[in-house]
Amino acid sequence: MKTTDKKAVKSAKKSSTPPESAAAGSFDLSKPSPVFTITHMQILDEQGNINHVDEPDLKPEKLKQLYEAMVLARAVDDRLLKLQRQGRIGTVPLCKGHEAINCASTLAMNDDDWFVGSYRDQGGRLMRGEPIENAMLYYNGCEEGATFPGGERTLPVSIIIGAQLLHAVGIAYAARLRGETNTAVVCHFGDGATSEGDFHEALNFASVWQVPVVFICTNNQWAISLPREKQTRSQTIAQKAIAYEMPGVQVDGNDALAVYQATHEALERARRGEGPTLIEAVTYRVLMHTTADDPTRYQEPEELANWEARDPLPRLKNYLVQKKLWDDSQQEELDARVKQQVDQAVANFESRTDFKPDAPFDYVFGTEHHRIEEQRAEFLNELNKESADG
Amino acid sequence: MVKLNMVQAINLALDGEMARDENVITLGQDVGVNGGVFRVTDGLYKKYGEERVIDTPLAESGILGTSIGMALAGLKPVAEMQFSGFSYLMLGQLEGHASRLRSRTQGMMTVPLVVRMPYGGGVRALEHHSESHEATFAHVPGVKVVIPSTPSNARALLMAAIRDPDPVVFMEPKRSYRAFRENVDENTEPMELGKAQVVQEGTDLTVISWGAMMRPTLQAVDAVQNKHNVNLELIDLLTISPMDTETIAESVKKTGRCVVVQEAPRSFGPSSEIVATINDHALMYLEAPVRRVTGFDVVMPFFERELDYIPTEGRVIRAIEETLEF
Ligand SMILES: Cc1ncc(C[n+]2csc(CCOP(=O)(O)OP(=O)(O)O)c2C)c(N)n1
Ligand SMILES: [Mg+2]
Repeated sequence: MKTTDKKAVKSAKKSSTPPESAAAGSFDLSKPSPVFTITHMQILDEQGNINHVDEPDLKPEKLKQLYEAMVLARAVDDRLLKLQRQGRIGTVPLCKGHEAINCASTLAMNDDDWFVGSYRDQGGRLMRGEPIENAMLYYNGCEEGATFPGGERTLPVSIIIGAQLLHAVGIAYAARLRGETNTAVVCHFGDGATSEGDFHEALNFASVWQVPVVFICTNNQWAISLPREKQTRSQTIAQKAIAYEMPGVQVDGNDALAVYQATHEALERARRGEGPTLIEAVTYRVLMHTTADDPTRYQEPEELANWEARDPLPRLKNYLVQKKLWDDSQQEELDARVKQQVDQAVANFESRTDFKPDAPFDYVFGTEHHRIEEQRAEFLNELNKESADG
Repeated sequence: MVKLNMVQAINLALDGEMARDENVITLGQDVGVNGGVFRVTDGLYKKYGEERVIDTPLAESGILGTSIGMALAGLKPVAEMQFSGFSYLMLGQLEGHASRLRSRTQGMMTVPLVVRMPYGGGVRALEHHSESHEATFAHVPGVKVVIPSTPSNARALLMAAIRDPDPVVFMEPKRSYRAFRENVDENTEPMELGKAQVVQEGTDLTVISWGAMMRPTLQAVDAVQNKHNVNLELIDLLTISPMDTETIAESVKKTGRCVVVQEAPRSFGPSSEIVATINDHALMYLEAPVRRVTGFDVVMPFFERELDYIPTEGRVIRAIEETLEF
């Protein structure tokens, strides 16, 4: 395991009473003391230099694919924000700065794996094949954008914080029972989610069942206005894994290579039948929580500036340039291609008009029921009268 | 008199109750430094400090469970669920404990707490931010469910909810949060819970609604009265549970006709309970079947379609006219 920074975190360090020295006498000294270590993985430093001997074994094509996916994710995020500000779509959560976490972890997945996300993982969804216009549809209030053809193993956006962790565990259990030995589950959630009971239940179930799940916590330091220190007293989120007897690692979430490597190793373990892993990817929410939020009410601008300097995109780009895999003309070509792709998606999104008004009645149940059908008829009738009235 | 919107009126009620009784505290996600995502608790953190205005970790069951403990031990917690769509995570604590401790201990222990939550559609929000599931709470014995409709009654009802000796679920129609302002009396007195309000007296037909639906309903009532020579009686339910049998029954006995307007899905909701109440107490006075204008029994659609699924003024007008003509 690549480690650059080992922090020893003593779990014995609790609040003041009883004092540690006084309590020591009551410990059973024949048992190992509850001291543990959380490793912090960083492979690329902030300038994009390799600062560790073990570079992941990624082919040039894969590295370029990763960088391009991150650039696309950023462009889509920028455009979603702009569309919202122009009143062309509704409220959007933004993913700026989270591209390394979302894209590098998804790069480590295969097609048999399940992607179980939250709402701040757009880059990963695009890599899983979600058309860009679906994100626009979704954030403009259309169920049509929640899924996509080929997305049978990519769960839709999960807004209820923490709920999806349990779904991930169930999926992993089913995959194993059904003999899908090549299938694992990658599950995304935020630092805030670690406070929900569902988080703890999911880690416990996953560990008791030893199922193939990789839990990736995007620790962006904020849950709307609540800073991480008020969310949990734990010095790291990774250490919460210790209590459930599963590996917990902390990675630099703005370092795409570290995220890739940690996810890759966890997926390998999962596929070998060695159970779940918790990865804490440390980053920062550099934009508002969603377009409805005003972070100036609770955030210090200085901290923000620090994090903007750690942007994951230039970091990976510098690495590619140093490896002679990337140059200015490639960047120009990519920027133009991405812009064209996003423009096209906006055009596709805005030309969609095929929204069946009574579609919600189609999907209440898988079997027909007269009560629903009676209400559908009433609904359509009222809608008719409504448009007749003006 | 000051002109306030509903957010400001609720804020004023919280402020007033916290100033009046130091046992009143408020807790929830983002309610402190940020003043709540709708700014309902704006300014309270500065005024009362972090021990009485608590920014909690992100856990609804945790918020309600600890509120129950606080209430048992003498505080009067006003817990905020950021949106009603996330409140189901605390339902175990509400149904299993808040609603029952009085019964379980035969009155020795009580749980005087309030759970506030914005609910309802029409604000172009993401999934889980638009539902009207008041029936879920109303079906739990031992829990009062209150839904204001205006800044003034929001303030008066929240004051009463905070002073009430039992758990109260206080559902705030978010579509009405900033929809309009009205004069709110500085010397507002708490409004009695469990009582509906006759907003307008009439003799020909009773219209009953609550929450955000009061606005299209009022407009419909005006439109019908302007068009036809009729007098309509309008009732604002205000407390969903326990429901005010008397006000409903007396009105329907007088008018013989009734239309109920409910944003929530049709089946098993307050409108069903109103029809059953009329059946029990005023059936022989009816001159027409009681008509319900409601949402539908479908999962609340994302916002592109939501307005088609929420009762409109037009739907209410047609229902009133058809019931008058019956
Ligand atoms: C169960 C639940 N409670 C409350 C909310 C409202 N809410 C939406 S996002 C959020 C903060 C989430 O923070 P975190 O888990 O750190 O994820 P991030 O938004 O930072 O990606 C809250 C409280 C919700 N969506 N679900
Ligand atoms: Mg966060």
